[in-house]
Amino acid sequence: MKVLVAVKRVVDYNVKVRVKPDNSGVDLANVKMSMNPFCEIAVEEAVRLKEKGIATEIVAVSVGPTAAQEQLRTALALGADRAVLVENNEELSSLAIAKLLKAVVDKEQPQLVIMGKQAIDSDNNQTGQMLGALTGFAQGTFASKVERDGDVLNVTREIDGGLQTVALNLPAIVTTDLRLNEPRYASLPNIMKAKKKPLDVLTPDALGVSTASTVKTLKVEAPAGRQAGIKVKSVAELVEKLKNEAKVI
Amino acid sequence: MTTLVIAEHENGAIAPATLNTVAAAAKIGGDIHVLVAGLNAAAVADAASKIAGVSKVLLADNAAYEHQLPENVAPLVVELASGYSHVLAAATSNGKNILPRVAAQLDVDQISEIISVESADTFKRPIYAGNAIATVQSSAAVKVITVRATGFDAVAAEGGSASVEAVGAAHDAGKSSFVSEELAKSDRPELTAAKIVVSGGRGMQNGDNFKHLYTLADKLGAAVGASRAAVDAGFVPNDMQVGQTGKIVAPQLYIAVGISGAIQHLAGMKDSKVIVAINKDEEAPIFQVADYGLVADLFEAIPELEKLV
Repeated sequence: MKVLVAVKRVVDYNVKVRVKPDNSGVDLANVKMSMNPFCEIAVEEAVRLKEKGIATEIVAVSVGPTAAQEQLRTALALGADRAVLVENNEELSSLAIAKLLKAVVDKEQPQLVIMGKQAIDSDNNQTGQMLGALTGFAQGTFASKVERDGDVLNVTREIDGGLQTVALNLPAIVTTDLRLNEPRYASLPNIMKAKKKPLDVLTPDALGVSTASTVKTLKVEAPAGRQAGIKVKSVAELVEKLKNEAKVI
Repeated sequence: MTTLVIAEHENGAIAPATLNTVAAAAKIGGDIHVLVAGLNAAAVADAASKIAGVSKVLLADNAAYEHQLPENVAPLVVELASGYSHVLAAATSNGKNILPRVAAQLDVDQISEIISVESADTFKRPIYAGNAIATVQSSAAVKVITVRATGFDAVAAEGGSASVEAVGAAHDAGKSSFVSEELAKSDRPELTAAKIVVSGGRGMQNGDNFKHLYTLADKLGAAVGASRAAVDAGFVPNDMQVGQTGKIVAPQLYIAVGISGAIQHLAGMKDSKVIVAINKDEEAPIFQVADYGLVADLFEAIPELEKLV
């Protein structure tokens, strides 16, 4: 079956972001960007499905600026067969991205869409579910295990109290949680080979999708800083403070 | 202006996060209705009708809603949504699973994990794992929102006297089915809901040493978490990970043991009320956010702490 993997270019998770002085957003100039960690897990899962002979073709797709080609090349180096970039330089809402992905799904007709459960920049955790609504596909969110059983996909999901397994009719959408797998690294020969793999560039206009949003960001602020604490000298003093000063135990 | 709150419930009882969500709805203003979707959920609806501030409970009792599969519950919420100005759910795994599907079907953007209500259309929410707080305004006809429970004080579970109204609508998309559930049997509280969290990092040295934290946690009635370093080193499974790519917690007391305090970890716990750091490296960044820091060898400090609490 054909698998579509969505990846997002985001600020690297090791970077401590700073809010811009004018409160219009966070400063991303000259900051290291990477593939969203949950998207890495999505790519890895698709590649494993291909290695097991379940997936026949993997198409990596990203919605973002020209520079997002880097992340698509990474996906290609990890094992995706070809890539599609929906080029857009504005910050889009999850709904707009889901609509663009829906247009790509309509074109590509995949049996399975795998994406991360959330991007570490907007922290929305929406796009996969929204794509589910727009395509009418079943959704297996926060997946920690994915198994194909004929026309059904058994997905084990991380829920608040433990694990839940659901059976989804294909085509379906899976969003990845941390436990699903451990992503591999791209080898140098594969990075070189990835440069020759096809990468198509589309635009929202060409896909006929409006990216208007019902939500606007008024301002972005730094979170309230914590008061500086004190160092205690002994465990006894610590317990005394927790009991009598902070009153938390 | 009326708000519909999707009740979070399990094993025939209302989940505590519902009370925090109703608190957020109360801040928005207007009437508050609660939707209970499930099978044999009359007891839950009864409990929901007693929540302070709730004026009506809608009970959708149908086999299709038994396990709250989003393919079935989302169309139900969409059908009901036209009468409401706001649709809220707790940002639990269920709420996060269902609500974006509702929003997309209504063709509106969803606002995730709000931590405060500024006005009926303006909300604050953390982005970049809590390293920035965005104020967002929605112009949607129906505002679809998930609520971070730690951002709102729970309303009283008793005191209300709402009427319960049955909703007949049955939506069975037939696209998905429940297979099984395996709930953690730990007597310890769930990590994201615990009042006290004890977390270990690379300084624990191996998975075996986490038993020291388990005994301490049991004495405190605490949940046990871990840093990404401890998870990556294979000491503990990664559902215990607290941080940007793991779980976000905001307990009353967070005790970080042998954790240096990398940004990705701080992102998951810096909203805790009181933070205690136990680390032998006095330069560790964790001390910059800790209310109480103890520079000590954790293998000596933890047993002593366990004796004293």
